[in-house]
Amino acid sequence: MEAPLTGFLAATVRTATPLALAALGETVVEQAGVINVGLEGVIIAGAFAALVGAGTGSVTAGCAAAIGAGVLVAGLFALVAVLLRADQIITGTAVTLLGLGLTGLLYRILYGVAGAALSIPTMRSLPLPFLSRIPVIGAPLFDQPPVTYAVYLLVPALWWWTYRTHAGLALRSVGENPDAARAAGIRPRRVQGWAVLLGGVLGGLSGGTLVLAQAGTFAEGMSAGRGFIAIAIVALGRWHPVGSAIAAGVFGAASALQFLFQAMGWSAPYQLFLVLPYVLTLIALATTRGRRGAPAALSRRAM
Amino acid sequence: MITSIVLGRPEIGHALDALWRGAFGSRYAIFSATLVRAVPLTLTGLAVAVAFRAGVLNIGAEGQFLAGAAAAVATGALVAALKWGPLAQHWVALPGALIAGSILGAAWAGIAAWLRRRFGVLEVISTIMLNFVALDAVAYLVRGPLQEPLRIYPQTAALSPGMHLPMLIPGTRLHLGFAFALVAAGVAWYVLRATAGGFRLRASGANPFAAASAGGIDVARATTRAFLASGALAGLAGAVEVTGVTYALYENISPGYGYTAIAVALLANLRPLGVIAAGILFGALEAGAAAMQRDAGVPSVVASVIEAAVILGVLLAQQTRAWKRR
Repeated sequence: MEAPLTGFLAATVRTATPLALAALGETVVEQAGVINVGLEGVIIAGAFAALVGAGTGSVTAGCAAAIGAGVLVAGLFALVAVLLRADQIITGTAVTLLGLGLTGLLYRILYGVAGAALSIPTMRSLPLPFLSRIPVIGAPLFDQPPVTYAVYLLVPALWWWTYRTHAGLALRSVGENPDAARAAGIRPRRVQGWAVLLGGVLGGLSGGTLVLAQAGTFAEGMSAGRGFIAIAIVALGRWHPVGSAIAAGVFGAASALQFLFQAMGWSAPYQLFLVLPYVLTLIALATTRGRRGAPAALSRRAM
Repeated sequence: MITSIVLGRPEIGHALDALWRGAFGSRYAIFSATLVRAVPLTLTGLAVAVAFRAGVLNIGAEGQFLAGAAAAVATGALVAALKWGPLAQHWVALPGALIAGSILGAAWAGIAAWLRRRFGVLEVISTIMLNFVALDAVAYLVRGPLQEPLRIYPQTAALSPGMHLPMLIPGTRLHLGFAFALVAAGVAWYVLRATAGGFRLRASGANPFAAASAGGIDVARATTRAFLASGALAGLAGAVEVTGVTYALYENISPGYGYTAIAVALLANLRPLGVIAAGILFGALEAGAAAMQRDAGVPSVVASVIEAAVILGVLLAQQTRAWKRR
């Protein structure tokens, strides 16, 4: 029994890592009152840049390129939706289309129709001493690529930053009431712009994780809706960093369940598990009275 | 880097030539590719336009499209099981399938509309999630209850010929759905422009507070109706695609029509008659891009790059105009 359970937990953590990265970034973005539907485009840009970067021979270069591309794409969103105050949803849709299209195009141009046959260095898992030897949960939680440990550290760090510092308070006040924030001497659009760029850092790294720590290569459209899933995760996590991390685990577990079922030879329509977290999110949203939990000014255009 | 790779090569001319030929270069290109592609884009574009005009950010046209397609195919399966004759299929079951598609599309949007009205759940988030649920539901249906009888491929059995939409022009693939799209745009235009309900819808979208206080409009009711109408249009698009083009349901039946629809609606400035033109333009773009991939080896994803550039260009133009006015 232990082997499948360990495998299930490992698959959960593996699937949840890129989701958690993107969702943590989007949490900060939405706390500032912005919803970036272009996150999908940010992730795929990060994934493609990771391939190009890692092609030079180092994982670090891959990560740096992924973050750079994420910031670039998020910067485009910030320029149009925050600085020029265009509609966030429409801008985000355009950014997603652009990211998916441009990466597909560049991939064909740079690597040809056959795709990247070249092998890139990948991020190996780094078992933590002692912790990885805890029975059952040790290996799944603590025998992972470094980027997973970055998520473990990021969750408390973001919580502390958003809830215990002046900068974090400014961020959340912009999301709740930009006019009041402005009256308090905060510049709402500047805060939102920085939040979107931070979302780009984490979203790009999320895409980089897909390539560097999981697939080991790039495929067109490999983000496979993770940007939208991350937006769902933020909602399920009630716009809180810790909540987002837990919600990412729920979504990860749902897709890992199908592997467990295959391993155990149980037959059940796996789509049921894939649908479960979305239904759960809808119920969670409906049972939170009103829009409590969501930043009050979410997706409203900044004044 | 991109420009040095792309520009200054004779292939560019070849690729653009293939794009043009694939979109407008022949009778086949126009009537069997461009206009056929324009049908789902126009109908889903209308769905988005109607919702956005009411201030409803329905980005769930993709899921509502899938719901409509599934309903139409289920109707076809039911009729096949009941062994209806071709005439009954054509004159009763086919319209029934289209109506079922619209109803299920509206119902799918209705979940988000209800969540918004009853609990104040942001429709942006709920419709994204319902898109995924619809996608997984289709994945289940085509491997489960609706799978083709041999149970080899993840798709439904083909609709019997009686359930196919008739062709508008013989010898082409342009089906009756194109006429539906034109009529739907005309109706949407008339309703928005000349009816009290259309006025309430537009007022609720333009300024919900003023509409409620000065206009005495029940904003919640007006926006809910717009949401349902939007879902019905997207559902009809799905039903039309299944009965007019694919004749079966499978997972990738929509190459993201529901998302491209946002670009179509925006390019049309959310005006129903403009949606027809924008739908044909984007239909031409996608048909041409497919030809470009076939003939010149340029990946068809270039279409989404152009679509994105169009949206961003329109947004930039709008915002700089607004900027100057201030």
